[in-house]
Amino acid sequence: MSDMGLSKDVIYGRICQLIEPFNKKSVPLTPQTTFANDLDFDSLTVMDLVAAIEDEFDIVLPLNMLPDLETIQQVTDAVEKIIKG
Amino acid sequence: MDLLDKFDPLIAERDRMGYRDPDPLNIVMDEVLSATEAMINGRKIILAGTNNYMGMTFDPDAISAAKEALDKFGTGTTGSRILNGTYQGHKALERELEDFYGMDHAMVFSTGYQANLGMISTLAGRGDYVIIDADSHASIYDACAMGNADILRFRHNSVEDLEKRLKRLPENAAKLVVLEGVYSMLGDRAPLAELIAVSKAAGAQVLVDEAHSMGFCGETGRGVAQELGVEDQVDFIVGTFSKSVGTVGGFCLSNHPKFDVLRFACRPYMFTASLPPSVVASAISSIRSLKNAHNKRAHLWANVERLHSGLKDLGFKLGTKSVESPIVAVCFDSQEELFGMCQLLLAEGVYVNVARPPATPMGIYLLRCSLGAGHSVEQVDQILAAFKAAQEKFSASETLRDAAGDKNAADRQSPDAAVATG
Repeated sequence: MSDMGLSKDVIYGRICQLIEPFNKKSVPLTPQTTFANDLDFDSLTVMDLVAAIEDEFDIVLPLNMLPDLETIQQVTDAVEKIIKG
Repeated sequence: MDLLDKFDPLIAERDRMGYRDPDPLNIVMDEVLSATEAMINGRKIILAGTNNYMGMTFDPDAISAAKEALDKFGTGTTGSRILNGTYQGHKALERELEDFYGMDHAMVFSTGYQANLGMISTLAGRGDYVIIDADSHASIYDACAMGNADILRFRHNSVEDLEKRLKRLPENAAKLVVLEGVYSMLGDRAPLAELIAVSKAAGAQVLVDEAHSMGFCGETGRGVAQELGVEDQVDFIVGTFSKSVGTVGGFCLSNHPKFDVLRFACRPYMFTASLPPSVVASAISSIRSLKNAHNKRAHLWANVERLHSGLKDLGFKLGTKSVESPIVAVCFDSQEELFGMCQLLLAEGVYVNVARPPATPMGIYLLRCSLGAGHSVEQVDQILAAFKAAQEKFSASETLRDAAGDKNAADRQSPDAAVATG
């Protein structure tokens, strides 16, 4: 539970680090960057990224949440909410 | 804005692949001669990619049973199982499955796809968890998209990854772990005993799809769970009649005392027409004969060993190091090579499946061969000879293209059309 105190900036930064290995086109990352359009991720890539995020924060991020998570900001907010329970 | 504009990238990709004759994605069988041969474009072709594992599509007993049912019960039921679509045959088929699997309750669906869609989406509701393998069949992904449960995905066949993800879930929540005995793309098996053990330790119930293992795995052909001796640990078995049983339809079996209630809750069971009586009759006949088809099983495995080692000798990269199922997947790096080889194989008189991302794992392009007990040893040798000839012709054409300086590497991952996660 030591992750309870993570700030939004820290979560955002870690998520960006996790995205990088999948960011084959080296698209510059901003909170508004979208996975489908800007990063051109297909659904398999997104699911692999979700697994990496779950492991990084030791959380459960169900795949059925994905349709509502289009931008890095939205994922950051969702992860923060899950961590804080 | 036109509704179909969203498919423009897919149209563009189809166009970019160029016109091929015959088109590997638009094969038409004008006549089917047997479980292993068909007429395509006026030529006799060996079918080496039809998942007709036990060669039952032309089984004389199955055909005569179907004809008799056609005469006695007509061409179709015109109704749902819970209204006017349950005939004595549907009940007899469920009894036959219960006997084949030695389980208490069977439920027959109109396709295998609907069996997974219905079972998974109905069993797990809001607040429950479904945990699926990353390489799961589209019917499993679609079931997850249809239901209201929270969906988790673990790394393909990784016991450790499954265990880690299960441990993060609330202890009291209901959990369904969905596994497949054999995965249909690469033809690899699941380490069911280990996966089921960690699932049970976490308090999860387990569903195993034996679509690509029924008929030839296990002593009486029940699938991988039987072969590994872990059937008593499986809560739900799902399967299909469209592979080893040689017709169409799907089923689920369970020993759960409340299983029957699903007939009144499972929408893909309730809101579709039931199987036609002829299909039901041929399924009963074939399932009965599969139980003791030991010689056929032995012949099938010998066929697969021969094809697998032959292709390996020709230098092809295969989906599994050794034989794990009747599926022998040949891996390619590009779509050009995949379609080129498929077309050359057809010219050599052999049909195999093409499979590409996102249906395939890890962005692999696959020519998926599947053999059956209906193939003769000579046919297996003809398939191998066709692969050899196609390989030679393909590398010759590659050399020509390189010489012409054609750098048209028209090869990109396909648009994301097939995988839905919900």
